Amino acid sequence: MRVGELVTAGVLALLSIYLMYKSSANGIGFVAGTGPQGGFWPFWLSLGMLISTGFIALNWVRGTSPQSQSDEPVLDSYGLKTLLLVGGGIIGFVALIDIVSMYGAVAIFMIYYLKVLGRHGWFLTSMMVVMFPLGLFFFFEGLMQISMPTGMGFTEPVFNVLYEIIY
Amino acid sequence: MEILSLLGDGIFVALQPLNLLLIFVGVTLGLFIGAMPGLGSVNGVAILLPITFLVPPGSAIIFLAAIYYGAMYGGAISSITLGIPGASTAVATTFDGRPLALQGKARLALVAAAIASFVGGTVSVVLFTGFAPLLATVALSFGPPEIFALMLLAFATFVGLGGDDIPKTVFSICFGLVLATVGFDQISGAPRLILLDMNGFLGGISFLVLAIGVYGIGEMIWTIESTRGEVTNTEAKISVKGIIEDSGTTIKRGWKGISVGSFLGFFVGVLPAAGATPASLMSYGVTKMLSKRPDEFGKGHVGGVAAPEAANNSASTGSMLPMLTLGIPGSPTTAILLGGMVIWGLTPGPRLFVEQSDFVWGLIGSFYVSNLFALIVNLAFIPLFIWMLRMPFTVLAPLIFVLSVVGGYAAMQDMFDIWLLLIFGFGAFFLRKFDYPVAPAVLAIVLGPIAEPTLRQSLLLSSGDPSIFFTRPISAPIMIVAIVLILMPAFKYLRPRRAKPAE
Repeated sequence: MRVGELVTAGVLALLSIYLMYKSSANGIGFVAGTGPQGGFWPFWLSLGMLISTGFIALNWVRGTSPQSQSDEPVLDSYGLKTLLLVGGGIIGFVALIDIVSMYGAVAIFMIYYLKVLGRHGWFLTSMMVVMFPLGLFFFFEGLMQISMPTGMGFTEPVFNVLYEIIY
Repeated sequence: MEILSLLGDGIFVALQPLNLLLIFVGVTLGLFIGAMPGLGSVNGVAILLPITFLVPPGSAIIFLAAIYYGAMYGGAISSITLGIPGASTAVATTFDGRPLALQGKARLALVAAAIASFVGGTVSVVLFTGFAPLLATVALSFGPPEIFALMLLAFATFVGLGGDDIPKTVFSICFGLVLATVGFDQISGAPRLILLDMNGFLGGISFLVLAIGVYGIGEMIWTIESTRGEVTNTEAKISVKGIIEDSGTTIKRGWKGISVGSFLGFFVGVLPAAGATPASLMSYGVTKMLSKRPDEFGKGHVGGVAAPEAANNSASTGSMLPMLTLGIPGSPTTAILLGGMVIWGLTPGPRLFVEQSDFVWGLIGSFYVSNLFALIVNLAFIPLFIWMLRMPFTVLAPLIFVLSVVGGYAAMQDMFDIWLLLIFGFGAFFLRKFDYPVAPAVLAIVLGPIAEPTLRQSLLLSSGDPSIFFTRPISAPIMIVAIVLILMPAFKYLRPRRAKPAE
């Protein structure tokens, strides 16, 4: 945690500097008689961010923040496993949207989480995998008229049937 | 007395069978639409606007107003049960609503939200009834300097939200404000802060992307990791007696939040540039400041649920005031309502109260009825919402993740924003590990698009002279109070203090 606190402050300081650089493209000055230029507001706020990270580092040196005194790991083995399995699953879900459609990706993610991670039975898993995406489809596309990604061409026959139902 | 007579006629109109049915349907639909992450009253009102051509204009606007009300109630449901803000107006409800649910007190949070919403809605309708023309005049006197001063006050109340670590809180606020500037400069129209030169940023960063990423993804992963997956969601029993007990607890512990939210919410809602979202956030901050136990906020304080919920309902009525009296919409939803009124041949403005008094008072009467129906429907559905929470967490968690992604896409219609949502989510997870408060960043990204343009417009008005904020009778006291509140934590930080032991 101690090292993590300082590393995080360092990363955020670099982010602040980058934002200051990007803001400068729009002018950071104050034009007399008119007011601030376009980059004024984000530049000085980013400077505020940078100064804050300086104080965070100062607190680390002074040992006044709990993280600066802690020898615990940022992520233990359970935390790392959770991040990889759960976080990785969510990333996979989003990556699949443009391939198998939003509803297809929802179904695959539900199978992964319920069956692989949650170790639930096939009955519950099958019910959720069928009902939930269908429910989302009828709510968003039928009632709210909001379209979701349909994925690649091979999903077209399925969507043709579903659109026949709602239109 | 004449007003009471007109109001009585209006309530009678609202109680006509067709209108009563439309109120019930509107409130129920609004409840579920508002509960869905990524959707809000604006979606419901916009989608259902064409249906209203089947009924008389007076009934049509009563229906849409009922949806607006129901959505304000509904926003709290996903904030509390799923930890994802149902709408921007319900973000502040998440701060204490979700911790209450994780402590097994979801029913208390839902009852508190329902009662606070009802009281806020009722207070606002009474204020609307009695003071509509006067308040419209006051609203007109709020120019850019006054609105900027109000935004600064909102930030000042939130400096206290970050707990003890002032530098991390300041970082969070500044970061949120910077994120709000990504996209196009509102004054000059030039692209600004197009990060990594990626075109996806040209559309800016939506508040919803940050909020759903932080609360729907980041906070959820943090909850799973920190609780080792053993999450308690709700009490075992659902009973009418329990609901009545929770009502008593709400009044006893949440009366301050309800009072602040009701009056402050209405006032902020009346201002055309503000609305229910800043109203709910400000009410949360002010209630926390006034509380005897401010350190309990953010950890499951009933007042932390009551204040924003009273405020967003109160503000939703308040935002109708400039629409009806001046023809200026007070929020995106009222902008659609205004459009509907024009289509139906009604002309909003000062003459509306004179030339279409039946319509106006029927609408005002329907606010009372909608508010009561919304409370009844909301309380009646609490067992259903609690039942949802009884699901094993390994079932609830993927539902929350899916709703976050689907709701985020429904709002933004762009996969770029979904990837950004994930980045914010994972970023929020790591920042949470190091005790960086994220609530101030969420507040900042909401209020930033109001604060910056009003600052620059004010300086344009004064030819660059910043004393404009201190020479106007309304903005000057607000600015002074805001500056004092901002400086108070700085004095606290600079005071010598002992190192806290690691937990």
